[in-house]
Amino acid sequence: MIEQTIFYILAAVAVIGTILAITEKHPVHAIMYLVTSLFSMAVIFFLLMAPLVAAFEVILYAGAIMVLFLFVIMMLDLGHPEKGMSPGWRIWWPALLLSTISIVSLVMVIVSHRTEIAEPRAALSIREVARHLFQEHGLAVELVSLQLLFALVGALYLGKQPTGRDAK
Amino acid sequence: MIVPFEHILILAGLLFFIGMGGLLAWRANLIMMLVSIEVMLNAVMLVFVTGSARWGNAEGQFFAIFIMALTSAEVSLALAMVVYLHRRKHTVNTDMFNELKG
Repeated sequence: MIEQTIFYILAAVAVIGTILAITEKHPVHAIMYLVTSLFSMAVIFFLLMAPLVAAFEVILYAGAIMVLFLFVIMMLDLGHPEKGMSPGWRIWWPALLLSTISIVSLVMVIVSHRTEIAEPRAALSIREVARHLFQEHGLAVELVSLQLLFALVGALYLGKQPTGRDAK
Repeated sequence: MIVPFEHILILAGLLFFIGMGGLLAWRANLIMMLVSIEVMLNAVMLVFVTGSARWGNAEGQFFAIFIMALTSAEVSLALAMVVYLHRRKHTVNTDMFNELKG
């Protein structure tokens, strides 16, 4: 019972944090709100019997990716992004309209297909998850590692300072 | 499952469409577009983990982990591209990058 209460509180925190992150004018503040939302999502993953994904959410998402965003924003010298640049009502209302239509249709579809509450299943241990991952999906792990390598090479190429005759 | 399956799906849908609305509204700012894409991918991860908990197999968690790896690759490339574009035009406003316009 207490787990359900915690789930609904965390869901509210995640949704409110995301809304604040989207509507915030300053990118640094938006990322701070998003980190809050991601921490509550990590606890939701833990409640859903996925401790490995919860740990990766904190370490990778809230830790690495958001810090990368912060570093890039600090590097870029955006001036005063809170002045101007923020979408006004003429830009917000089509986005709000389309999102609301999508949310309402999704909720209607989900509610019309009610299923019974599933019986609780035993949680998979991390040892078991790792054995499945590396024994049955080894090719996918290799592909992901190749993808990360390509991203590294591409980021190095794009981030290279122009030198010599390339410089204007 | 501690809560009904539908409630978690509705939460994931809400997060996804909030991200979509933000992507549509902030279409003039490259960094806020990337933040909105993060929100959308995170909602998709929630759906996969929920499926994994609902049917008791591990494949959903694998997909969540792969999405995380994909996101880190995507974000590093996209932010490198933002730095490159900012070096050229000294702005992150997407309306300024219009050299291909005929």
